[in-house]
Amino acid sequence: MIIKFLVAAVLAGAPLLFGTMGEILNERVGHLNLGVEGMMSLGACGGFMIGYWTDNLFLAIIAAFLAGMMGALIYAVLTVFLMADQNVTGLTLTIFGIGLSNFIGEYMLDRSPQGTLKLPEHISAQLSNIHVKGLSDIPVVGELLFTYNIFVYLGVVLAVILGYYLFKTKVGLNVCAIGENPAAADAAGIPITQLKLFNILLGGGICGIGGAYSAMIICGGVWISNCVNGLGWIAVALVIFANWSPRKAIFGSLVFGGFSVLKYYIPKSLFQLPNAFYDALPFLVTALVLVMTSIRQSKDKAQPASCGVNYFREER
Amino acid sequence: MSEIKGKKEPLLRIVKRAELPGKQAFALRIFSVFLALCAGGVFILLIGYNPFEIYKTIWTGAFRSQMAIQATIKLVIPLVISALGITLAFKMRFWNIGAEGQIIMGGVFASFFALFFTNLPHVLLIVIMLIAGIIGGGIWGLIPAFFKAKYNTNETLFTLMLNYIALNVVVFLRDGPWKDPESSGFPKIARFDKNAQLDKVLGVHCGWIIALILLVVVAVYLSKTKQGYEISVVGESHATASYAGIHVSKVMLRTMFLSGAVCGICGMVQTTGSDMTLTTAVAGGVGFTAIIVAWLAQLNPAGILVVSFLFGVLEKGSSVMQSTFGLSTYASDVLQGVILFFVLGCEFFVRYKFVVRGGAKKE
Amino acid sequence: MSSEIKKEYAIECKGIRKTFGKVVANDDIDLTVRYGEILALLGENGSGKTTLMNMLSGIYHPDRGTIKIGGREVCINTPKDSIGLGIGMIHQHFKLVEVMSAMDNIVLGTKEKRLKPKVLKEKILQISEQFGLEIDPEKKIYDMSVSEKQTVEILKVLYRGANILILDEPTAVLTPQETKKLFSILKRMREKGNAVIIITHKLNEVMEISDRVTILRKGKSMDTVMTAETDEKKLTELMVGRQVSLSIKRPEVKDRKKMLSIEDLVVSKADGTTGLDHVSFDLYGGEILGVAGIAGSGQKELCESLAGLMKIDSGKVMHNDKDITGMGFEEMTQAGVRMSFVPEDRLGMGLVASMDMVGNMLLRSYRNNKGFFVDRKPARQLAESLIEKLEILTPGVETPVRRLSGGNVQKVLLGREIESNPNVLITAYPVRGLDVNSTYRIFDLLNEQKEKGVAVMFVGEDLDALLELADRILVLCHGKITGIVDARETTKEKLGLMMTGITEEVS
Repeated sequence: MIIKFLVAAVLAGAPLLFGTMGEILNERVGHLNLGVEGMMSLGACGGFMIGYWTDNLFLAIIAAFLAGMMGALIYAVLTVFLMADQNVTGLTLTIFGIGLSNFIGEYMLDRSPQGTLKLPEHISAQLSNIHVKGLSDIPVVGELLFTYNIFVYLGVVLAVILGYYLFKTKVGLNVCAIGENPAAADAAGIPITQLKLFNILLGGGICGIGGAYSAMIICGGVWISNCVNGLGWIAVALVIFANWSPRKAIFGSLVFGGFSVLKYYIPKSLFQLPNAFYDALPFLVTALVLVMTSIRQSKDKAQPASCGVNYFREER
Repeated sequence: MSEIKGKKEPLLRIVKRAELPGKQAFALRIFSVFLALCAGGVFILLIGYNPFEIYKTIWTGAFRSQMAIQATIKLVIPLVISALGITLAFKMRFWNIGAEGQIIMGGVFASFFALFFTNLPHVLLIVIMLIAGIIGGGIWGLIPAFFKAKYNTNETLFTLMLNYIALNVVVFLRDGPWKDPESSGFPKIARFDKNAQLDKVLGVHCGWIIALILLVVVAVYLSKTKQGYEISVVGESHATASYAGIHVSKVMLRTMFLSGAVCGICGMVQTTGSDMTLTTAVAGGVGFTAIIVAWLAQLNPAGILVVSFLFGVLEKGSSVMQSTFGLSTYASDVLQGVILFFVLGCEFFVRYKFVVRGGAKKE
Repeated sequence: MSSEIKKEYAIECKGIRKTFGKVVANDDIDLTVRYGEILALLGENGSGKTTLMNMLSGIYHPDRGTIKIGGREVCINTPKDSIGLGIGMIHQHFKLVEVMSAMDNIVLGTKEKRLKPKVLKEKILQISEQFGLEIDPEKKIYDMSVSEKQTVEILKVLYRGANILILDEPTAVLTPQETKKLFSILKRMREKGNAVIIITHKLNEVMEISDRVTILRKGKSMDTVMTAETDEKKLTELMVGRQVSLSIKRPEVKDRKKMLSIEDLVVSKADGTTGLDHVSFDLYGGEILGVAGIAGSGQKELCESLAGLMKIDSGKVMHNDKDITGMGFEEMTQAGVRMSFVPEDRLGMGLVASMDMVGNMLLRSYRNNKGFFVDRKPARQLAESLIEKLEILTPGVETPVRRLSGGNVQKVLLGREIESNPNVLITAYPVRGLDVNSTYRIFDLLNEQKEKGVAVMFVGEDLDALLELADRILVLCHGKITGIVDARETTKEKLGLMMTGITEEVS
C-alpha cells in the first residue's frame, strides 16, 4: 500500500518537478514568471500534437520544449528588453498560453475524423512505464525505483544537472548573482542579458516538457482542454518549498505529488477528512512555508532579492 | 572610430527619456492595440480565415440582438467590479493576485444565506447577502495583508495560494454539507430560491447597478477622500507615509479589506444574479482577467468601465464567432493576451527610447 | 619597480558629454591619468564626477567624446569591456551580492574556471597579504561592516589584475584609521605602476594622497593642477568658482530661548548597531545649530528620533519641562513643539515623487479639516503662493514634483515645512546637490526662520558653509558628541579633528 502510494506520488509529482525547475531557473535570474501555467499549456499542446502526428516520442518532447520556449521568449522579450511589469506579463502569458493551447486543441478536434484525438500506439507504448527485466522485479526497491515512464527519469537527471549548473559552476554562480543583485553582477562584468535570456528560455522549455507530461500521461493519451489544470501554479508555489534548488525540487514535487494522490490511499477508517482538504493541502502548506520564511527572515533561504524588479543599467 | 578588440558601439542602445506627456502616451497605447489586432489578424489568416470577417462577427455578434447585448453586459459586470477591487490594492502597490479567491469567498458567504435563510423578506435577504459577500471577500483580503504588515510576507504568492484554498472550500461544501440531496450523479449545490435571486432591471440582473454605484464610490474614494490619499502615499513610499504620520500597517489592512470586499461583492453578484447557485466556476478566471483590465485601464475607474466593456464584447463576440465559423471561444483569450503583450511592450517607449549607433554623435 | 613614467596616458578623455533627459551632467570634459600616478577628481556634489567615472566603467555611454586607454581609442559599452581594459571601479554604493561570501563576490564574473573553495581561499589570502589587507574570505557580505565590504571591493579589483583603479568617495564611510590604511594601499598600488583615480570633495585628502588634481564644476572640467603647486584655498576657488567666506550671512539674534533639551539619548540604527550613544545637548530658538560628522555617524538617527520617526531606546527629549520623547508630530504640537523636518531623502521621504505640488502640500496638512474628504483648496493656494515666493520653476502646480530640478524640489519641501509655522526646524543636508543660487536662497530662508525665533538644526557636510551659517556646531563621531563649539571661534581643522573622534571641551 505504502509502496503503491509512493509510486503514485512520483507519477503525480513528475510534471510538477519540470514546472518547478523551470520557474527556479527564472527566479534565479530575478524574474518571477507567473506564466508557468501558460508555458506548460503550450508545451502540452506542442508535445501532444507532434506526438499525435509523428508517433515519435523524441520529436514530441522536442516540440514540447520548443513550444514552452516560445512562450518564454515572449515573456523574455517583454520583461528583459522592454522592462514590462513581470507580474502582469506572466499572468498574461498564462491566459494566452492556456487560450492558444485550447484553441489549437479544439481546432484539431473539429478536424479529426473520429472526433477525438488519441495518441497512436507506438508512442503510447513508449510512454508507458518502463519495465527493466531483473531490476524492476527486485521487491520493494525495484518497484520504487524502476517502474516509471521515461519522463520521470528525464526529470530527475535534469534536476541533478541543473543543481550542478546553478551551484557548482562558474556560470551558475554568475546566474545566482544576477538574481540577487543585478547591478553588482553587471559591475562585475557578467553578461546579464544573455544569461537572463538563456535561463528564461531554458526554463520555459522545461516547463513545456512538464506540460507534455500532463497532456500525454495524466490525461491518458487523449487530448482534453485545460489539461494542465493548475499544475503550473502549484509549481510556482513549489519553488518556495524547494528553496530555489532544483535538487530539493525532486523531494518537493514528490511531497506535493503525494498530497495530490493522498486521498486515494489514506485509509478512510483512520481519517474522515473531505477530499477537498487533501486537494487544498499543497496550497495550505505553501502558504505556511511562505509565512514561516518571512517570520524567520533568513537571508539565505529567501527568494532571490531582485525577483520582480527589472534591471536597467543606467537607472539612477 | 577605431576599436580595440573589434569593439563597436552597439547598434541600438536604450536611453531613458523625459517621460512622454499623457496624450502621446495614450495615443501610443491605442496604436499598440491596433498593432495587436493586426497581429491577431495575421494569425487568423494563417489558419485560413478572413480576419476582417472574423473581427466584424465578433463586434456585431456582441450586439446582434437584445439578448446578445444583455449577455454581453452580464459578462462586463463581474469584470468591472473585481477590477475596481484590484485597483484599490494596486494603488497601494499591494500585488493582490487573489481576486479569484476573494470572489469565491464572497460567493460562499452570500450563498450561505441564500441557501439557509430563504424565507427572509426579499430585500432584507439581498442586503444581508451583500453584507455577507463583503465580509467573506474582505476576510480573504485581510489574511495576506495581515501577514504582509506583520512579517512582510510576499503577497503575490500568498494571495495566489489563497485562490486555490478558496476553490477547495467550495468543493468541500459542494461534496459535503451543502450537497443538494436531490441531485443525481455529480454532486452540486441546490439552485437558489427565487427569493434569493437578484432582481432584473432592464432585462439584466441588477448587478450592473451595483457595478456602476461601486464605480463612482471607488473613484470618489480614491481621488477625494483622506483614506484614498493615504493609499496613494503608502503606494509611493512607506518612508514618506511614516514621515507624514500615516500608519502604514493600518492603511494596508484597511485597504486590503476593502479590496477583498469589493471582489466579494462580485462573488455575491455572480452567485445570486448570474449562476443562481454556487459552483466552482463562480470566479472562472475573472479574478485574473480583472488584473489585466485594471492594468490596461491604468487603475483609472472610468478606464476600467471602457476596457471591461471591450473585453465583454470580445468574449460574447467570440461565442458568436464559434457558432458562425466553428472556431473555439478560446480565441478571445488568445486575442486578449496578444493585445496585452503589445500594450505591455509599448509602455517601454513611454519611458525609454532607442538610440541608433552614431545617432547621438551628429552635431 | 621602474620609476620611469610611461609615455602614453593610462586614460585620456576628450570632450566627453553626457545628458540625462534635459540635464547636462557632463559637458566637454577632458581628463588624463598616467600610470604610476594618483589623480584626485575634485568637485562638489552634482558636479558630474560619478557620471564621468561611470562612463569609464561602462555603466553609462557618453553621448559624445573619445576615450583612450593606454593610448588606444576604445569604446566601452559594458562593465565587461571596462574590466577587460584593466579598469577596476569601486563604487560609492558597493556592488556586492549580500547573500554570498567574500570570495564568491571576488571571483564573480571572472573568466577562469570555478576554483575549489580551498584553492580560492589561499589565492585570495595571498593577494590580501601582498597589499596588507585583512579579510575572512568565507564571511558573508551581510555580516560585514562597511570597511570590510570596501576591502572586498578592493580585492575584487586586485584579483582581476586591474591596472587602473577608480574609487568613488571611498573615505565617506571610513574612520580616520581606516582612511589611513586605505591611503597606504593606494600608495602601494601607485608604486607598482598602476593608475589611480580617487573621487572626493575633501580637500585635506586631496592634498594628502594625490599627485595631480582635476577639478569639475557643474559638469565642466575647470582645470588640472599639480598638487604640490597648489593649496586648499586655490582648489576651493576652482571647485566652487567664487570667493568663499563672503556671502553667507549670519544675523545675530539677541533673545535666545531654550526650545528642546535632549538628555542622554540612545538610538539604534535600523540594522541594530548603535546610532546615537548617550547624546545630550540643548536646542535654542533664534539660533542655527550645525551638525557635522563623517557620513553615518548618527546624523540620520538624530534627526529622525527628534522628529519622532525613530524609536528612542533610552533618554529624554524635553520642552519646557514637558517630556515629549517618542511623540509624533501631532502630539508634539499639542505639547507646544511645532516640529518641521526636511529629511535627507527628499523624494523618497519628504515628498511624494509622483504627486503634484498640491498633493505634496497636503502631506502634512490633509488631516486638518474635519470629515471624510480631503480639502484641496488651501493646499492649492499654498502651492501657488510658494511658487511665487520662492521663485519655484515649474510648469504648474499640477506637474509631478519628480519632474522638477533638485533645487526646486528642495524649495517645495522646505517651503512646505516653513509654511507650517514651526518653532523647531530640522534640516538634513538641505543644500546637497543644489546650484549656488538655490543654495543661497535656502540659506536665506533658514536665516529668516532663525530671526523669527525658530530653533534650526542644520545637518551638513560642507564645513565651510557650516562655519559661516551656524551659530554653534555639534560634532558627531560614531554616535557620540565629540564637541559643541562656537562657530565664530572654531576652525575647519579643529572640526576635522573632532570628526575623527578627538574630543574638545564643550563650550
